[in-house]
Amino acid sequence: MIKHFLNLEWKQYFRSQYWQRGIALKILMGFFALYFTVMFLAMGFGIFYILKKQFPDSDPFVTVTGFLFYWMLGDLVMRFFLQKLPVMTVKPLLTLPIKRSQVVNYVLGKSATSFFNILPLFAIIPFGAVLLNEGYKTNTVLVWVITLLLIVLIINFLNFIIESLSSKTSISFLPIVGIAGTLFALNHFNIVSFSSIISSGIMGIIENPMMIGVPILILIILYMYNYYILKSKLYIDSSVQDKIKEANTSELAWTRKFGDIAPFMQLDLKLLWRNKRAKSTLPMLAIGLLYGLFFYPQPMYQDKEFLYAFIGIFSTGIFLINFGQFIPAWDSSYYKMLMSQNFEYKQYLKSKFTLMSLSVVILFVLGIPYVYFGWKILIAHFAAAIYNIGVNTHVMMYGGTFNRKKINLDEKAAFNFQGTGAVQWIIGIPLMIIPMGIFALVNWLVNFELAIAILTGMGLIGIVLHQKLMTTITNRYLKVKYKMIEAFSQEN
Amino acid sequence: MIHTTEITKKYGKTTVLTIDNLEIPKGQSLGLVGNNGAGKTTFFNLLLDLIKPTTGKITTNGIQVNTSEDWKNFTGSFIDESFLIGYLTPEEYFYFVGELRGQNKADIDAFVKQFEEIFNDEILGKKKYLRDLSKGNQKKAGIIAALIGNPEVVILDEPFANLDPTTQIRLKQMLKELVENKDITVLISSHDLGHVTEVCERIVVLEKGIVIKDLKTSEATLKELEAHFAL
Repeated sequence: MIKHFLNLEWKQYFRSQYWQRGIALKILMGFFALYFTVMFLAMGFGIFYILKKQFPDSDPFVTVTGFLFYWMLGDLVMRFFLQKLPVMTVKPLLTLPIKRSQVVNYVLGKSATSFFNILPLFAIIPFGAVLLNEGYKTNTVLVWVITLLLIVLIINFLNFIIESLSSKTSISFLPIVGIAGTLFALNHFNIVSFSSIISSGIMGIIENPMMIGVPILILIILYMYNYYILKSKLYIDSSVQDKIKEANTSELAWTRKFGDIAPFMQLDLKLLWRNKRAKSTLPMLAIGLLYGLFFYPQPMYQDKEFLYAFIGIFSTGIFLINFGQFIPAWDSSYYKMLMSQNFEYKQYLKSKFTLMSLSVVILFVLGIPYVYFGWKILIAHFAAAIYNIGVNTHVMMYGGTFNRKKINLDEKAAFNFQGTGAVQWIIGIPLMIIPMGIFALVNWLVNFELAIAILTGMGLIGIVLHQKLMTTITNRYLKVKYKMIEAFSQEN
Repeated sequence: MIHTTEITKKYGKTTVLTIDNLEIPKGQSLGLVGNNGAGKTTFFNLLLDLIKPTTGKITTNGIQVNTSEDWKNFTGSFIDESFLIGYLTPEEYFYFVGELRGQNKADIDAFVKQFEEIFNDEILGKKKYLRDLSKGNQKKAGIIAALIGNPEVVILDEPFANLDPTTQIRLKQMLKELVENKDITVLISSHDLGHVTEVCERIVVLEKGIVIKDLKTSEATLKELEAHFAL
């Protein structure tokens, strides 16, 4: 049976759109994997000696064990965002003579071979070897390594439980971030010291190897719970059922002020509000807006004026970037319908333009408190906002004509690369690098004032040429219409 | 109303549609039948300028569809679910389409009211998004939306498929009334020979992209079609 499953998956993988997706993304992922493997190996071999050098008084083995809590917490959060339960297309299997339990066990078993479980081995095993080399007792090391392997698997299965429980909440990553944050804080402020609980637990197991039954038991319970959740999901009605949410309708009457683009603006706003994928651009707004706080309070960035333009572009343009890069792919699932309707393409694009420009203005206004860190910052943000409105909006819309990837609006958003192609990377150049480069160069060669003037000037030119640019962009959209319709009707 | 001249559509080397000359006069109701892959949807897609013809041209009302967009003013269509905007409620969808076709909310409310029977209380006021409706109900919403704004040309691809028997009968009734209006040209494709011969006054049979029969509907048409497809 497993042979069949593996065969199916092999085909699913190599015949999927994924495989045909941009080579660049795959190379990037491969590079990341390699990078992490090397990092972990280096850590596994090196950490013992580094700790020994830094803290000659304490036993590195004990120190590492003491830090395990942070690793577990970090691993759990990271997995939440990056690791998905391996999915099988189960629907066609349900009516075939295959036991449900077989399918479930296979899916769960397969998850144990995930890269996230392999990666820690690259650190744990070398560290174990180093310990042996340094004269620790074989028993101790062996039990320690086994315990850690169990913990890796426990985290693996715990993650799926958390994912399945929090997938029902509308912003699904809030619970995990909240819980992890609370645990971290409790530990950090020594209210409950999880670090020492965990390290003394592991030390206890080492002293009394029979205690290894405890993590094994936990693992079994988690596995059973996963099994139970998954099995109950193996009925197609359960996945259909909780999808239906009551629609909340709103008039959005204020959009009327924008005249003939009102219907499209309403559509875009509803798109943002009612679809998982699109909705995820909204929490990003907060991150973008507060982005400056990572830099400005720190003295080391205080005199780095060239950063102002970058942060300005990013924090006033976060919505523009997130929303704009997928124009018109947001509308891909009903693009055919739009194309057979009676409207001018210009209106459609103008709605997107208005929405993006509005967001820039609003984000700039919300960012005015940055003036606290210096008036220069505010001025740089203003120039960046003008540049965003004048240049970046048009760049985004023009870049959209190269979009050939459908977006499935219902899918979860975090680290979802669907719809991403080379376009999104290339577009980043005029979007971020050019303004930042020009600003930094002029700032360095001449002065801050001229750099601001040039950035603002470029933005203003864009605004003046708006109508002309729109016509060019619209023509380009009309020209690639058939290609887009064809690309958007391909299922991924 | 609709003139098709020397149209062909090729994908690579395979020709999927060749229609030398097909004239559809104003007010006619035309049924397009043919097995899977006969070219029905391709023809509709060409008519709606969703794909580009390899050669030839289609004009409706004297407007060549792939050079001007003015035909959109008077053409309503529903090809498949990709014509629906999943995250809108049916009402919002009707208002949206209505707005593009110059109808205000009150117009749409009045318009939609006539279809209460077809909707069977499952579509309006249910506070459900279109993506959460059943396939059949989605189809109903799409078909009704195609009729918004008094179109002169209505194009429906497989309107009867996926509908329950009651709705099929009601839809048939509705379409019959629609084709009696001699200002509206209706194009329907269907696999249901019975329904399509009942609704349409002219039947065109496509096979592998070629028109092989062009019949004026009469008592004998259904028999003839059944005999043809039984082979």
